[in-house]
Amino acid sequence: MSTAADYATMKVESKLFQNRYLVDSGKPHIKVRPHTEPSAGLLALTHVCPAGCYEENDRGQVEVTTDGCLECGTCRVICAGTDDIEWNYPRGGFGIQFKFG
Amino acid sequence: MIDEKFDAIVIGAGPSGNAAAYTMAKEGLKVLQLERGEYPGSKNVQGAILYANALEAIIPNFREDAPLERHVIEQRMWMLDDASYAGMHYRSEDFNEEKPNRYTIIRAQFDRWFSRQVRDAGATLLCETTVTELLKDGKGKVIGVRTDREGGKVFADVVVLAEGVNGLVGQRSGLRPEPEPDTVALAVKEMHFLPRETIESRFNLKGEEGVVIEAIGTITAGMTGTGFLYTNQESISIGIGCMVSDFKNSGISPYALLEGFKNHPSVKPLLAGAEVKEYAAHLIPEGGYKAMPSIYGDGWVIVGDAGQFVNAVHREGSNLAMTTGRIAAETIVRLKRTREPCIEANLAQYQQALEKTFVLKDLKKYKDIPSFLHNNKHFFSLYPKLMSKAAQTMLRVDGVDKITKEKEIMSNFRKERTLWGMVGDAFKLARAWR
Repeated sequence: MSTAADYATMKVESKLFQNRYLVDSGKPHIKVRPHTEPSAGLLALTHVCPAGCYEENDRGQVEVTTDGCLECGTCRVICAGTDDIEWNYPRGGFGIQFKFG
Repeated sequence: MIDEKFDAIVIGAGPSGNAAAYTMAKEGLKVLQLERGEYPGSKNVQGAILYANALEAIIPNFREDAPLERHVIEQRMWMLDDASYAGMHYRSEDFNEEKPNRYTIIRAQFDRWFSRQVRDAGATLLCETTVTELLKDGKGKVIGVRTDREGGKVFADVVVLAEGVNGLVGQRSGLRPEPEPDTVALAVKEMHFLPRETIESRFNLKGEEGVVIEAIGTITAGMTGTGFLYTNQESISIGIGCMVSDFKNSGISPYALLEGFKNHPSVKPLLAGAEVKEYAAHLIPEGGYKAMPSIYGDGWVIVGDAGQFVNAVHREGSNLAMTTGRIAAETIVRLKRTREPCIEANLAQYQQALEKTFVLKDLKKYKDIPSFLHNNKHFFSLYPKLMSKAAQTMLRVDGVDKITKEKEIMSNFRKERTLWGMVGDAFKLARAWR
């Protein structure tokens, strides 16, 4: 029997490929505050973000790429009360465009 | 941006915003609705079940042209362990009625239709416009909004915040706190397309009939959450959601959890051969009554998800959204008619009216359930496992007598959760439910 743990290594990119986005090039709507050691919250985002937008780089810092963002707000809730990330909606008309929702 | 002043500005074009804008525009108020998406629905995600009653109170003849998928004739409640499901199914011919009570819908299509009705009623809709903040006068009364459009200020007597679960505008203006990780659930969902006939034969359906499956158990890997599967005309919506705090602590990815649910032996055959066309994620406010912010003040009201109006136990949200939108709008219409200002003391009538509806009655009834489920995760893992084991023990005919089998079942329950543990669970659940 397969469990969630067995799928832990799966990549989310193949899922995001189905979606329609209007990317606001050069204007990411989420920014990670520069840091040397990531907080526990930032590290959690590398697995909790449903679009896999957060990744640890080879220096151990957490980076965000917002192109595949589903605008759910999970990272904002997890980082609430810290200044780990700066979260905004994309400019009007940009970002995810759900075909079905 | 727009020089004229409006009676009301509605932020957001989901169910609560559309209900509010429609109700006010139909009564002749000058309404501006602002939506950040390319079209209404493009930023909105739901399972989705439409509860007819709440919409009927706004648009009685909606069935004539609303894009409805299937009316629900069968509800399946599943408790899953890794290999099995135990459950309760309720199917009734009575649900094949002239005016069905529940429908599956596809939100992007439904929201577009609802928005068309809002505009036909006379409201002005501006899409691709993100509201960045509320504008206040010297005394702190909300008098309009600033948007990300050029010269983006617009003024109105009252602002209806129908901005959804994230509610950035309300938070940045100090009207409501940020949601806590243990009061919001994160749900992920996929749209699986199959020919209509395949869906009907797999789920034993004809015509416009539909099935809803709600599932708890080992699929959420010990976290507080549920899975769902809804039949649409030519697609299946399948998803799973758990509390954000649980995801944070578990180290499990939401998409891995969804893959696990899709590949459960009871679910996989239902999806076989489908083409996936979309993957979505959304937060659901599940903190209930205790997490509700203030919902009115000088020049503003909050409706829908932004006000935490979700009954997580009964999987209801869009009906609470539409009802709060409608009732807030009716309050504003009444104040306009009597030429009273939209100040806090007068907008209090919105909450007073809500107290008389199912919205606040239900949220109050279940006020202790969110924290109960959050603190009793074994309801989501242990009991489904024990149920499955018990069913198997009784169903297998293997020469063992039934008294011995019953003893084995009881001993399994006691071993995993002591008799007092079970009595305590029953007592605590009853008390939270009351």
